[in-house]
This record gives sequence, structure tokens and C-alpha cells, in this order.
Amino acid sequence: MLNLLDHLIVAPVVLPAFLAPLIVLWLRFDTNAQRVFSVFGMLAMLAIAVSLAMRASSGPPEVYRLGDWEAPFGIVLVLDQLSALMLVLNAVLGLAIVLYSIGSGWDKRGWHFHSLLQFQMMGINGAFLTGDAFNLFVFFEVLLIASYGLMIHSGGRDRLKAGVQYVVYNLAGSTLFLFALGTIYATTGTLNMADLADKVAQMPAADAGLLRVGAALLILVFAVKAALVPFQFWLPGTYTNAPGPVAALFAIMTKIGVYAIIRVYTLIFTPQSPVGTLAHDLLLPAAGVTLVIGMVGILGARDMGRAVAYSVIGSVGTMILAFAQFSEAATVAGLYYLVHSTLVAGALFLIVDMVKERRETGLVIEAQPPIRNQGLLASLFFMAAIGMAGMPPLSGFLGKLMILDVTRGQWWIWAAILVTSLIAIVGFARAGSTVFWKSESLAREEGDEMPTPEDGTSAGLAFVSVGGLLAAIVAWTVFAGPASRYMQNVAAQLYTPQAYISAVMEGAAQRAEAAAQAGAHPEAGDDHDVQEAPHTDAPAPAQADAH
Amino acid sequence: MEALVASAIGVMTAAGVYLILRLRVFPVVLGMTMLTYAVNVFLFASGRLAVNMPPVLREGVDTYTDPIPQALVLTAIVISFGMTSVVVMLALGAFVEAGDDYIDLDGEAEK
Repeated sequence: MLNLLDHLIVAPVVLPAFLAPLIVLWLRFDTNAQRVFSVFGMLAMLAIAVSLAMRASSGPPEVYRLGDWEAPFGIVLVLDQLSALMLVLNAVLGLAIVLYSIGSGWDKRGWHFHSLLQFQMMGINGAFLTGDAFNLFVFFEVLLIASYGLMIHSGGRDRLKAGVQYVVYNLAGSTLFLFALGTIYATTGTLNMADLADKVAQMPAADAGLLRVGAALLILVFAVKAALVPFQFWLPGTYTNAPGPVAALFAIMTKIGVYAIIRVYTLIFTPQSPVGTLAHDLLLPAAGVTLVIGMVGILGARDMGRAVAYSVIGSVGTMILAFAQFSEAATVAGLYYLVHSTLVAGALFLIVDMVKERRETGLVIEAQPPIRNQGLLASLFFMAAIGMAGMPPLSGFLGKLMILDVTRGQWWIWAAILVTSLIAIVGFARAGSTVFWKSESLAREEGDEMPTPEDGTSAGLAFVSVGGLLAAIVAWTVFAGPASRYMQNVAAQLYTPQAYISAVMEGAAQRAEAAAQAGAHPEAGDDHDVQEAPHTDAPAPAQADAH
Repeated sequence: MEALVASAIGVMTAAGVYLILRLRVFPVVLGMTMLTYAVNVFLFASGRLAVNMPPVLREGVDTYTDPIPQALVLTAIVISFGMTSVVVMLALGAFVEAGDDYIDLDGEAEK
């Protein structure tokens, strides 16, 4: 355990957990130092995430035992290819957001932006890495409480009101999560995901009634996070009123719900388990309605921010249509689209925020005299909107094509995806042409200056950040072949959950045996369980880490 | 005892859900508190109801109560208490900024 590289798995959680208090306590009054630490923190996180992804791409899932407690007793972090992929995605988005918040001056409009951002990163990374269901709840709370702070960053009446709604909605979701976990613990007696998978698979179908209740409750919880219909109501108000970079960061928050759905329903409540095809049956119709509501919402929105928020809902619906198939090929398509839609939603929120900074009347979709950088912003919006609507040549098109390919024969999915794509195109075209093109006919009067963005310390950096995200989307399109091959490995690993389970559980058994043979426990007989917990009278080790 | 605990959880959850659906912030916060109480008791009961039994392995004792739900509920209490105070502070900020405590975004229409 002395090898430092072994501990790299926990670094995505520990690094921001170390940086955030440092920034808030030591660098409170020094904005420049805060920025330096935050940017270097994100760069380091990206480097760590990439090296973890390279490590995970070969071999079975790696297990990190917190406090060196063996698996079902202590909390484990598990690094498999899906978690590694999500870590890289989060780090890329985080880096773009921290650059944008510096370039646009958003981080100076309230207190503690950078430390809250680091805490949020810590929660998100932890949620992607953890192999324990209750620990997943704890990391959800960490990322939520940071997001509450970020959501109301720099204050204002509407933002605070939307913030209250957001917090109350998510608190209700957290309560539901606890009810679900309590039900599952009461029926299985464990909350370790690998152990759960084992216990659930062995449960006789006749006894699984209560377990099915727990599984259904968990779907509801994750649907709240992912903003699936009928739990999407919190999203448009929140995303529209949140500060621009925060809304962009929230683009990955819905994906955490999607990640949790994939993880739990491919590992624990698989279609072969006594719970059966519950997830498929519930998610598929919900995703269809989500897709329609999201894309129609783009057309109906009277405000550009709201249009983008609805497009996030629509894209979640699209990817759940793929994931709810619960097949390897469909998961490949869904994952490819997930990465694309996270990046493009982040870019769209940042672009819309830049437009908002430069306009007199906010984001209402109506013609106005031209704004600063109009041409550049218009082309960036055009490009990102093409990506979001799923038109060629960007990766949104490829992603939707892959999803259509794997849902061949399910005519209503084809109809939903194709028709809503058209609606999204019309919606974005209407918003973009009204805001950017109609304004050309309204010349400014002599002496009427274009409003400059507030605190526009270095608008160039903001453009660099948006450009970086769009470049990532272009790269995702160009390297679609290697990317989808990588996704095939990810999906293949997801659909052989036995590797995950044995990585967590059998390692423990082997170590106990090795210890017994080495004479550490000469009396070790058949009762490994007692031997594996040498300090059974210590108060509940599993939760000592969770606090 | 099972019936008593179960109905207490049920009543508290129902009251919590009812209060959360109110239009003003204060009842909503009370509803959240009620709901978190209910879930805490529920989590506690998920390790079976056992009275006067030790949660730790010890010589000469062969009936135990499950210690894990107690640890879980401790975490849940800490988190829900923190979250409740966050929502109170947020609601106070919104009240000071907006001058009313309606929970929806166009609260003025309801006055």
C-alpha cells in the first residue's frame, strides 16, 4: 500500500477536498491566487483523470479500500472504464468552466466561487467513483450542497427564489433516496454495490416484492437528478436563473443521474435479477415523453436560456431511450451521445451567457440593436445549436444515428427522435435568427454605445473556453471511430458485471486466506467473515468514512 | 410496536408531503423537517426493531441489534440538519430580496 500510484484512485476526491478549504480559508481575499489555484487544480484533475482512464482501459476494475477495510464492511471506491470516462468528462468541463468564470469575471461577483466549484468537483468525482450505495448518497449531498451555493452565486431576487425551489426539490429527492436505501438494506442487509449485486441475484423471485419497491424508488431518485419526466420541473427555472458558468457545470449534473441509472441497473438490478425488466419498462416511456417535452420546450421558450435548458431535458430523454434498451450496442450509442451532449450543453450555456452580458434586455428572444462580438457569437451559437439539434456534420448527428441504428424496429422511438430533432432545429433557428440576424436591420443611433460586458476583464479567455469546448466536440466527431471503439470496451465491461463483483468481493476473500496461511490467524477455519473484521468492536467502520 | 412505529412514519410522511406542497416557504420548511424525521425513523427501523440489545459483538451475548442502520441514520441526521439550515438561510435571503415568501417564481400574482 506504500505505492503512491495505488492511491491515485482516491486523488480525484482528495485533491479538490484539499484545495477548496485552502482557497476559502487561506486565499479568501486574494482573487488572483484563488484563480491560479483553481486553474491548476483543474489541470491536475484532468491529468489524474486521463491517467486513471488509461489505467482502467486495460484489465478488470480496480478497487480502492478506504481505511483498508475489506469490501462488504468498509467503503470501496471502484475504478472501472465508465467511472474513468465520466471523470475525464467532468475534468474537461470543469476546466472550461473555471476559465470562463475568470474570463467573464463571474467569479468576482460573489464570494467563494472557486472553493464551491472545487467542492462540487469533489462530490461529482466521488459519485462517479464510489462502490457503495450509501456513499453515493453522501457524495450526492456533497455535490448538491456545493451546487446550492453556486446556484445563488451573486444573488438577486429571481435567482434566490429559483434557488429555494431547487433546494427544496432536491431535498425531497434526497429523502426519497434514503427511503429507497432503507428499503434495500432491510431486504438485503448490505449497501455495498458488488455485495448487493450478489445478494439480489440469489434472492428467490417470490421474496423480491419489497426489493422491487426499493428499485422503483431508486429509479425515481435518479430520475429527479436526470430531470426525466415527470420530475423535470426543477430544471428550466434553475438553469435559466443560475449564473452562466454554473448552468454550464450543471450540464453534467443531469448526467450523474444517468450514470447512476446505468451503474445500478446494469450491476445490481439487472434484467436477469428478480427485479426483472422494471427499469426498462419504467424508463422507456418516461424517456420518450422527456424527449418530446424537452424539444417542444425549445420551440416554446421565450428566452434563450430557457431554450437551452429545455434542450438539456431533450438530450437526457434521447440518451435514456438508448440506455433503457439495456443492451451492449445501445449503451455504446448512449455513451457516445452522453459525452457529446454534456460538452455541447456546457458550450451553449456559456455562449448564451456571453450574449446576455452584452444585451440590454437579457435573453428575451426579440430583435435588438447589434451587440459587441455579434458575428463571432452568432457563429458560435450556430455551431453549438447544430450540435445540440443533432444535424450533420457534428457528433450530435452521429450520436443520434447510432441510437437510431440500435433501436431499429421500434418505430415510435424513430418517430420521436426524428420529429423532435426537426422541432429542435426550428426552435434554435427561430431563436438564433431573431436574436442575431434581425438585429442587423436595427442600426444603433449616433452616440448610442454598445453595452460592454460587466467586469469584462478578459473576454478573450471566455472565448477560449467556449472555443475549447467546441473544439472538443469537433474532435469527438473526427475521432468518432476510436471513440466508439472505446465505448464498446466500456459497455462490454458494464455488461459483464461479474468482473466488477469479483474485483470487489473475491479480493477480500483471497487476502483473508493469504493472511490465514501466513499464520496471522492460525485459528482461521471456515468462518472467514469474523476473521475479516478484526476490530468488530470498533463502532461501525463503514460509516466513519461517510461522515 | 411495529404497528406503532410504522403508522408514526406513515403519518409523519403524509404530513410532510402535504406541507411541502404548500405555497409559502415556512410550511415547506416544516414539511421538509417532518419528512426527514420520518425517513430517519424509517432508516432506524430498517435494521429490525430490537429493544435493549447491544449493537457490538461481545463475549457472553448472543442477540444483537444491527449497528449499521444506527450509523446510517447518524449520517442522515447530520446531512438533513445541515440541509434544513441551508434552506432556511436561502429562504430568508429570498424573503429579504423579494419582500414575500411565496415559493413559486411569479409569487406576486397570488397576493
